[in-house]
Amino acid sequence: MSDRIDVAFTVNGEDVRAQVEPRQNLVDFLREELQLTGSHVGCEHGVCGACTVRVDGAIVRGCLLLAVQCDGRRVETIEGVSDSGDIADLQAAFCERNALQCGFCTPGMLLTAQDLLTRGNGAPSRETIRLHLSGNYCRCTGYHAIIDVVEEVALARTRQAR
Amino acid sequence: MKPAPFAYAKARSLDHAIALLNGTPEAKILAGGQSLIPTLNMRLSAPALLVDINDLTELGRIARRNGQIEFGALVRHAQAEHSSEVGQLAPLLAAALPHIAHPAIRNRGTVGGSIALADPAAELPACLLALDGEIDLAGPSGQRTVAAEAFFKGLFETALTEGEILTAIRIPAAQSQDRFGFAELARRHGDYALVGLAAAARTPRDGSRTIRLAYFGVGATPIRARRAETALAGGDLDGAVAALVHDLDPDDDLHASAAAKHHLAGVLLRRVAGQLGERAA
Repeated sequence: MSDRIDVAFTVNGEDVRAQVEPRQNLVDFLREELQLTGSHVGCEHGVCGACTVRVDGAIVRGCLLLAVQCDGRRVETIEGVSDSGDIADLQAAFCERNALQCGFCTPGMLLTAQDLLTRGNGAPSRETIRLHLSGNYCRCTGYHAIIDVVEEVALARTRQAR
Repeated sequence: MKPAPFAYAKARSLDHAIALLNGTPEAKILAGGQSLIPTLNMRLSAPALLVDINDLTELGRIARRNGQIEFGALVRHAQAEHSSEVGQLAPLLAAALPHIAHPAIRNRGTVGGSIALADPAAELPACLLALDGEIDLAGPSGQRTVAAEAFFKGLFETALTEGEILTAIRIPAAQSQDRFGFAELARRHGDYALVGLAAAARTPRDGSRTIRLAYFGVGATPIRARRAETALAGGDLDGAVAALVHDLDPDDDLHASAAAKHHLAGVLLRRVAGQLGERAA
């Protein structure tokens, strides 16, 4: 009943072919089959946001999508997005402002923040930043430093774009 | 935890999906999966087969026709949230959608899935009830349409029968004189509501004003507060708040006592009355 299924998709630009069990979710596939352990497994029911990855450019919960559903899709993880340099300013600012401590939530925070910052409506308000990050738990920082960083980077990018 | 094993099949058409669903006992539809997969991960459910309908692009459209706006079952929450058509023609949904979970979940979660699951604390079932919407179902014996009023039957129980798929929902397009209100209280933005309220005030051509108040998170289904509706339509906001004691019968839950929920329902009614343009008497 649960035969493995052939899938082909890209992960961080590289072709991946695999036979997956239907029940394997995307984040487990990335971590266990591809050793991409930057995406973290937290709550496994969509509450914590630690497993956030991108599929076809949109952020999703890696624990709430099956690997078999990604056939033909474009998957990006924190490893690929880091290597691209697209979030280098966010990452530097997270370190600078102590917006991470244990780091468990950080990959998800970065991808979710980048999602907000690439929506192209100018710099978002602190309230908008809070709402956008509301699905990402951080148990260390108390969030303020994270909101500060996202606001700071948003303003810096807006200035640069002028 | 990890899900129990299940088989997986991709539907190529609506008919194929219905055939797959009816060809295996314990088969379930996989749409957005944002409520289904958590139950699999927690082993709260263990279907034999998941029928993935995500390739049925014909179910992913928002369309205006005959004074109504129709959402295909696969319209993603984020797609509806960012649609200017929805903002214009379905302002109640536009107000409710940002409260559904979080951006990454709204990118996958579907309008049809929210209605078909009928979580008692979810936003869209209450909106559909407030808007007097209707729901299209398709099954082995054909298609039928059910009014929202008749769809939500009990805790996670709907008019959907075994082997049927929800294909679309429809609501009346907003008219310029219509007013809508939405408010909810949750422990964290995007979490399931402790108490929520979706409301629609309409003035048809004959000038009679109708108000529909649909509460969620206070019972097994979304619930109309009919006595409060009557009081509010008569301009008696205090009377409407007082009537909630008779309209709603919430249970205590982990987050709030029944008394607290009653109190919060009144708080939300005052907020929503302001959005509807009802003056405090």
